[in-house]
Amino acid sequence: MTWVLQNLPLIADRTWAHLATSLPAVLAALVLAVPLGWLAHRYRPLNGPLLTGAGLLYAIPSLPLFIVLPVLIGTGVRDVVNVVVALTLYGVALLVRSVADGLDGIPPEARNAAVALGYPPLRRFLAVDLPLAGPVILSGLRVVAVSTVSLCTVGAVLGVPSLGLLFTDGFQRGILAEILTGIVLTAVLALALDRLIVLLGRLAMPWTRTAGAGA
Amino acid sequence: MNQLLEAVRWCLDPAHWDGPAGIAARSVEHVGYTLLAVAIAAVIAVPVGWWVGHTGRGRGLAVAVSGAARALPTLGVLTLAGLLLGIGLAAPMTAFVILAVPSILAGAYAGFEAVDRRVIDAARAQGYTGAQVLWQIEVPLGLPVLLGGLRSAALQVVATATLAAYVGAGGLGRFLFLGLKTQDYAMMLGASLLVVALAVVLDGAFAAAGRAAVPRGVTVARRLITT
Repeated sequence: MTWVLQNLPLIADRTWAHLATSLPAVLAALVLAVPLGWLAHRYRPLNGPLLTGAGLLYAIPSLPLFIVLPVLIGTGVRDVVNVVVALTLYGVALLVRSVADGLDGIPPEARNAAVALGYPPLRRFLAVDLPLAGPVILSGLRVVAVSTVSLCTVGAVLGVPSLGLLFTDGFQRGILAEILTGIVLTAVLALALDRLIVLLGRLAMPWTRTAGAGA
Repeated sequence: MNQLLEAVRWCLDPAHWDGPAGIAARSVEHVGYTLLAVAIAAVIAVPVGWWVGHTGRGRGLAVAVSGAARALPTLGVLTLAGLLLGIGLAAPMTAFVILAVPSILAGAYAGFEAVDRRVIDAARAQGYTGAQVLWQIEVPLGLPVLLGGLRSAALQVVATATLAAYVGAGGLGRFLFLGLKTQDYAMMLGASLLVVALAVVLDGAFAAAGRAAVPRGVTVARRLITT
């Protein structure tokens, strides 16, 4: 506890760096996964390659990916951008399947009704398909948020700032409290983001409230 | 791209493959850690998951534990265990088992839940005992989902086993950290490529094993393997 009180500015700094790395990755993953998931849902021949590709991408260990990426995108190994891009890739890999599954699960009657009402394709997608697939996408997004916040700490091994630096520093200097602080804060951050997504989901999709979205 | 060539050259250099600190030995260590951790985690998680799935009791707790465990940063657990247990294999193994348990637990109980209740009711109507329902219906029909859980656990551990070297154990991560210390980017990148290749191969092996292990006639759960 003394360590925490003596190092509050450091902790705030690390927490901020952690958020600044993981939040953009989660947002970028969502923005990229929706069109990709739509492609996998709409064009059957693309379904296999896209979902298999996503699975393979997810199989790539994070630390090696942080090291391989600089060669591909021309950044330095200690660059925050590597971590953001790598986390985005993982997020997309997880979410593409959720988006495709969500769109696959829409009852054909709902879609036919929208077509019959004269919805043009893009409007139908935005006003009918996407909201109906919303709950499935949301549950995927929750997994992405939690795992992104957790994975973000691995960058610390390379010296990229995040709460993970509390682990490496605490380990090297033998400070148990520092490691524990890092673990607790990472978990709290992950669960807080998860709650926030649930709340935003309820605001955006009020009809799911009665259906009992589950914890 | 020059760096990529250097890294491939590092991987292909036969001098780097031999000996107790060579690529071959480190790869064996890496795979060994992964299989051992998944095996230990399975021994813990499968019976618990089956019990939860069979009785329906403790489901909320199992879901909560799996969810909370996902938020635990592995590097944190690893360094914590490293500090408490000292350098060696105990610390990384503890961290890997903690990492692997949630996926396997979820696979075990979700597999049972995926079994159509009508199938179980029909079996009971024919006089199946609880144990017979468990072993002859729930276990085989839940197997594909369980294998999916084992697969994702193995993948997570093979990815994280890279970090074992951080607390003094072996595995392919050794080259990564050695390269990091000596500013040998070819070694770091080469080792990274090896880990990536290993993960992809392991993923493929699990997918194949999963397809082979699904009982004949089980079609509903087959698609769940990939999730």
